[in-house]
Amino acid sequence: MATTQHLTPAMQRQRNARLRRNGLYLVLIVIGLLAPLAIYPVFLMKVLCFALFACAFNLLLGYAGLLSFGHAAFLATGGYFTGIMLASYPGLTPELGILIGTFAAVVLGTFFGVLSIRRQGIYFAMVTLALAQMMFFFFIQAPFTGGEDGLHGVPRGELFGLISLADNLNMYYFVFAVFVIGFAIIQRAVHSPFGQVLKAIRENEPRAVSLGYNVDAYKLVAFVLSAGLAGLAGSTKTVVFQLASLTDAHWHMSGEVILMTLLGGVGTLFGPVVGAGLVVSLQTQLAQSPLGNWVSVILGLIFVICVLSFRSGIVGEIQKMVKKNFK
Amino acid sequence: MTFNRKTLASSIALAAATLMASGAQAQMSDSEVRIGYLADMSGTYRDLAGPGGLAALEMAVEDFGGEVNGAPIEVFSADDRNSADVGANTVREWFDTRSVDLVAGLVASSVTIAATKVIEENDGLGIVSGSAASSITNEHCTPNHIHWVYDTYPLANGTAKAVVEQGGDTWFMLTADYAFGHALEGDVTKVVEENGGEIVGGVRHPFPTSDFSSYILQAQGSGAKIVGLANAGADTVNAISTASQFGLTQSGQQLAGLLIFLNDVHAMGLEDTQNLLLTTGWYWNMDDQAREWADRYFERVGKRPTMVQAGIYSSTMHYLETVAEAGTDDPETIRAAMAERPVEDFFSRNGRIREDGRMVHDMYLARVKTPEESTGEWDLYEILATIPAEEAYRPLSESQCDLVNN
Amino acid sequence: MTMIFGVPLMVFMGQLMLGLINGAFYALLSLGLAVIFGLLKIVNFAHGAMYMLGAFATLLGLQYLGLNYWVALLLVPLVVGGLGMVIERLILRRIAHLDHLYGLLLTFGLALIFEGTLINFFGVSGSSYPTPAALQGGMNLGFMFLPTYRAWVLVAALVVCLGTWFIIERTRLGAYLRAGTENPALMQAFGVNVPQLITLTYGFGVALAAFAGVLAAPLYPVSPTMGSSLLIVVFAVVVIGGMGSILGAVITGLAMGLIEGLTKVYYPEAANTVIFLVMILVLLLRPAGLFGKEA
Repeated sequence: MATTQHLTPAMQRQRNARLRRNGLYLVLIVIGLLAPLAIYPVFLMKVLCFALFACAFNLLLGYAGLLSFGHAAFLATGGYFTGIMLASYPGLTPELGILIGTFAAVVLGTFFGVLSIRRQGIYFAMVTLALAQMMFFFFIQAPFTGGEDGLHGVPRGELFGLISLADNLNMYYFVFAVFVIGFAIIQRAVHSPFGQVLKAIRENEPRAVSLGYNVDAYKLVAFVLSAGLAGLAGSTKTVVFQLASLTDAHWHMSGEVILMTLLGGVGTLFGPVVGAGLVVSLQTQLAQSPLGNWVSVILGLIFVICVLSFRSGIVGEIQKMVKKNFK
Repeated sequence: MTFNRKTLASSIALAAATLMASGAQAQMSDSEVRIGYLADMSGTYRDLAGPGGLAALEMAVEDFGGEVNGAPIEVFSADDRNSADVGANTVREWFDTRSVDLVAGLVASSVTIAATKVIEENDGLGIVSGSAASSITNEHCTPNHIHWVYDTYPLANGTAKAVVEQGGDTWFMLTADYAFGHALEGDVTKVVEENGGEIVGGVRHPFPTSDFSSYILQAQGSGAKIVGLANAGADTVNAISTASQFGLTQSGQQLAGLLIFLNDVHAMGLEDTQNLLLTTGWYWNMDDQAREWADRYFERVGKRPTMVQAGIYSSTMHYLETVAEAGTDDPETIRAAMAERPVEDFFSRNGRIREDGRMVHDMYLARVKTPEESTGEWDLYEILATIPAEEAYRPLSESQCDLVNN
Repeated sequence: MTMIFGVPLMVFMGQLMLGLINGAFYALLSLGLAVIFGLLKIVNFAHGAMYMLGAFATLLGLQYLGLNYWVALLLVPLVVGGLGMVIERLILRRIAHLDHLYGLLLTFGLALIFEGTLINFFGVSGSSYPTPAALQGGMNLGFMFLPTYRAWVLVAALVVCLGTWFIIERTRLGAYLRAGTENPALMQAFGVNVPQLITLTYGFGVALAAFAGVLAAPLYPVSPTMGSSLLIVVFAVVVIGGMGSILGAVITGLAMGLIEGLTKVYYPEAANTVIFLVMILVLLLRPAGLFGKEA
């Protein structure tokens, strides 16, 4: 083609990289579409929900350098609000229920964000943890959450009032679509100028300030976006499993999402997906094995090993290897 | 040597199976009877059911001979980690990939309610042994599950009624501030007032609470004769030990535990729990039959069984006997056939399964022994009275269950 | 009878006393966190687990070795503190050069391991530990019946807190410690063995948590999960006070105990959340915490 000849080598490289990336996305989408034929769809849906949750968390840790120890609050808020709406208004379609849940998480995220970005680093982690714990107590006491028993009997309903989600395959493709949309939002955010500024803040905050960026505003937007997507994951999960429970609000959940991200690779797009897949599979396998009692010990060990000698995570290590060997 | 009814039953079943040859075996789905045990194996309820419950289930299968009419019995288990979605997911997977015939265990109420919905969707069968919520056979009832051991209704009512009758007519309620605590408080209030007592005060404490000293002080100040604990698990344990430190019982007040189990009393020790009144579905030392089974359990596990662990054995045995008799493991047939057979064994007296899925049986009012009375580590209760099966549980006339024609 | 906001004065005084006792635990734990944070710059997420280990060591020492309470009170902080030093030496040191968030994550992993392992061996019901004979019974203070043991907890915790403050602010060792916090490289140049100082500091912070655990053993059921939920509250206390000063940590801890205690009388439903609400308020008005320095 005529235009190709005018490209500089750098542009060519970039173009190739983009083509390769798009090719990879295409392959992954095809795999995602075919997966339920080979693997149990409910399990896949669980993985996808947690993958989206971890991706949302990673947006904050990996690209803005903020370690939130309270992301369970958003997962649970999305879940509870969607659950309550769908259970009390039978006419409501699932996609609207999910939107309402996501919106609730955005509102909560704004509130948490305004409070927590006032402190940095370790303080930020502690503030988010404390705020999330407060939400946990709220969910126990609130009259509409079913307390310890949880919220049950959420109908899956019919998508747009047309497609029944009671069927696991229909449900799966819907969840897959939600995941792809969520992932695309994150991908766009990361590769946009907004994402670049976030990275600049992560690397050197004072410098970003001196360059004239309103650092707090950027952090807040990242926080709210992350909270909203975590809420989307929680909302979708509630529709899939037809229930919302306190497990999602417990601080262990906030720890688990950190583990997923760390194991897969902090600051990589696919790391959290891989990490979520591994952690969910591990939990499922362990729960049904004689090692069932040792789940939390094993998760703790993985945590320690990751921090000590595997900080780039699986995807991060692979990227390093690829860079070393193919450049 | 314990040659009991089970071994007899299984030999008869075996003989019957041989006679019927492969005819009966063909009735078992996949020519196997598959039992999945779902319970909290590592968290709060580990000591109530947990690994000990699995051991009891395995004992039942072994005592039955390991097979029903020639079809082998397969047992598998999973830890629900007290999470409703993990529990529901596991059960769903058991149906989809392992075609489970019976889901047993089922402890935390949140997990049970979620799991029984999945069991209903898949037309399966579940036997709930560990859960407390009476809603499981009330507003959450399904035609596909049975609630075996106890629920909050007899626990709260049995204790409250007995206490008022003994003269404890003024109550101060310590209530866990969430749906479960409120429901328990409501039940107790009703019983106390119906029997001529009065609730003179109360405090709703957050769940969970580790320090009860402030609330115990308020209870002391109320002047009530009885302090009712409308909470569960660690909260109850904390409240009782704090009450003991503040000399609540010495100053003439008495505690009434509404949801307290053998493992809790064992963990707290008799010093703190002595003279506590409670209702239980079974006690290992209540008679010869119970003791005999508890001895066998003790040899295997090294602890005395809780009522839940005993109930798991009892319900599994009842299920297997019914399957052997009916010659099929079809859930609907078995559910109906189980209800036709009275439940009478070392665990259950005057037991029967109602249409709402509630297995009603005699309950017992117990008093925790004092350290001086106790003769050993597990000699913890004195049984004071039997609450007849038909009086103990929520009457069907008050039921909100769709399966009951009201 | 004198009433304070509708509550008899006597009850009010009693509740203040109980609040102060709970506050003593917050003070001890947030003090340990502050000491560790000062030199290592990490938030020790395993602090709750160390508190729990302290209580367990006390219980097991009695059950298997026949060690009484008073021996445990001396021995257990040393043993658990020693364990802390081993952890610092073998694990934490490897990541000392990294972002301090990794320290938080690592200690979180350790907390999961300790908690999970103990659950497997001892279950979660919790066991009770007998109140030591010398501290049984109680005293009538006029406004309340105060169990002797609780009075002892208050005194012991305050003495240890003040002792720690004295060591850090008034002794040579403390001077090294403070200097090490400000500028470790310079200290090294002056011939102070900074790595050793760090190990000792971590050990000391952990020992404080273990000491709190020993104090707690006769009060609360000893269970593997007793530390984790308490720790989150202590984190909020730390955010409120800021980890800038030793005395600040102690005062904030006690004050939060009092506020919590009063909530239990006036609006018990919010007793679990009141500290978090105070935290929100502080974040809005004084983001660096009551005793913190603006970054």
